[in-house]
Amino acid sequence: MKEAVADVVRDGSSVYIEGFTHLICFAAGHEIMRQGRKNLTAIRLTPDLIYDQMIQAGCIRKMVYGWAGNPGVGSLHAFRKATEKGLPHPLEVEEYSHFGMVSRIQAGAAKLPFWPLRNYGGSHIPEANPDIRQVTCPFTGEKLAAVSPLEPDVVILHCQRADQDGNAQGWGLFGTQKESAFAAKKVIVVAEEIVETSVIRSDPNRTLVPGFLVSHVVHEPWGCHPSFVQGHYDRDNDFYVKWDEISRDEKTYDAYLDEFVFSCADRKAYVKKMGTQLFDKLRAKSRMCAGVDYGF
Amino acid sequence: MDSSYTSSEMMSVRASKELRDGEVVFVGIGLPNVACNLARATHAPALQLIYESGAVGAQPERLPVSIGDPALVTGALSIVSQSEVFQYYLQGGRIQVGFLGGAQIDRWGNLNTTVIGPYSKPKVRLPGSGGACEIAVHAQRVVIVMRLSPKSFVENCDFITSPGNFSLDKSRKEWGHPGAGPTAIITDLCVMTWSETDNEFIVSELYPGATPDEIQSKCGWKLKFAPQLAVSEAPTREEVRLLREKLDPQKLYL
Repeated sequence: MKEAVADVVRDGSSVYIEGFTHLICFAAGHEIMRQGRKNLTAIRLTPDLIYDQMIQAGCIRKMVYGWAGNPGVGSLHAFRKATEKGLPHPLEVEEYSHFGMVSRIQAGAAKLPFWPLRNYGGSHIPEANPDIRQVTCPFTGEKLAAVSPLEPDVVILHCQRADQDGNAQGWGLFGTQKESAFAAKKVIVVAEEIVETSVIRSDPNRTLVPGFLVSHVVHEPWGCHPSFVQGHYDRDNDFYVKWDEISRDEKTYDAYLDEFVFSCADRKAYVKKMGTQLFDKLRAKSRMCAGVDYGF
Repeated sequence: MDSSYTSSEMMSVRASKELRDGEVVFVGIGLPNVACNLARATHAPALQLIYESGAVGAQPERLPVSIGDPALVTGALSIVSQSEVFQYYLQGGRIQVGFLGGAQIDRWGNLNTTVIGPYSKPKVRLPGSGGACEIAVHAQRVVIVMRLSPKSFVENCDFITSPGNFSLDKSRKEWGHPGAGPTAIITDLCVMTWSETDNEFIVSELYPGATPDEIQSKCGWKLKFAPQLAVSEAPTREEVRLLREKLDPQKLYL
């Protein structure tokens, strides 16, 4: 992880740590914080705790997003302080809706100059964001909203398994993993498990991203905690609830970052610090699928 | 109000009755989530639950804490990407009912989940649209679930995130929105329904024990009341049992 982040995440990079509640790679965010990256543009449909931590740590200059909160709990406190009071420093925001973000990433993946969507009429969102524009359909004359392509410098994808070449397989809830990998300039794949290519080839329909798009492959078990990985571990809901209290107060927030980010050399150290009891509780109970026959 | 049930339980039960069996519903988190799962356990067993996270035909074995919960995946009919959710399911017109709420609502059902105060210098920055704006535009109809308070039910929203039935000087028809817009607002004291002739939401149904004065005192605009005010049915014992024992035993939302 150290090497992957050091290689591709630069000061000023636009970074998209993927995942929609599921498969959010906290390990990557923590490593970026440890390496002290600055002036990043952070992109995601739902910036959650990890981007809030990166705001608190001073890594992020601008956020491009659709919904910024602690899912099911409430506010992101560093984000709110930065956007409401400019503390500790102001944060630039470029705000869409989820559909707008998805459309931008699809345009980026398809290398088109814009993506049309039927949306935003009667809403103030386009007034708040002048990059949501209008286009006239050349066939019907209908006026549609249009958004520009999003092409992040770095996309970080977490998945259940990958081979050494970065052929990545995942299942469960997806954000825009496939689209963002095609939109990105560089892709880091992070996997719970590294498998032989023969495993990938035995189930090709499950491959999200082909290895030839990928610049770095990282093996990082428990890399998403407190987010989750279907079939591996559950969402740590207690942590998300507790986080509201930890992050409300500047002192407890910084103390948390010191203890669980800056004092940990890597994810292994973090996992050790959290303790086996917690991970035993979160470990998924198995639910195997029926399996399919790829014979001919 | 009868003390054998809480106002959250009343809201959930009343919201569940907005759903018909076999409908395809876009489920939000919180009370709407409880209401949809209650409907599926009672009068609408064939209800199709679609979560914004991409779970289609979900049958969660525990109440999901967020719209992205592994329990939504296990046993679902299909899991689709976010682009499919928004392009095909929502913009494609396949969603019959969407649930929404917000920090502010006005008499036309416009919702604010973006900022309190001016956008460039907000007093409070709320999470933003998420999928709300597109749900408001595309769901065939929208049901709003919100507790009454003069702070939330306002003359004009500080910011319109999700358009209701009349916004920025134009009707939905003039905007050309595919969906019919909000049809009902389920509050903690009453139900408001959209009146085309009044061009605003009017109170059409009172919960047992609720009075028009109390409702007006918690609403920031001068309310109109339907000439014939119905009284909502109180939750049955079985509904309350389902909510407490099966759907939300940890009292996350109720």
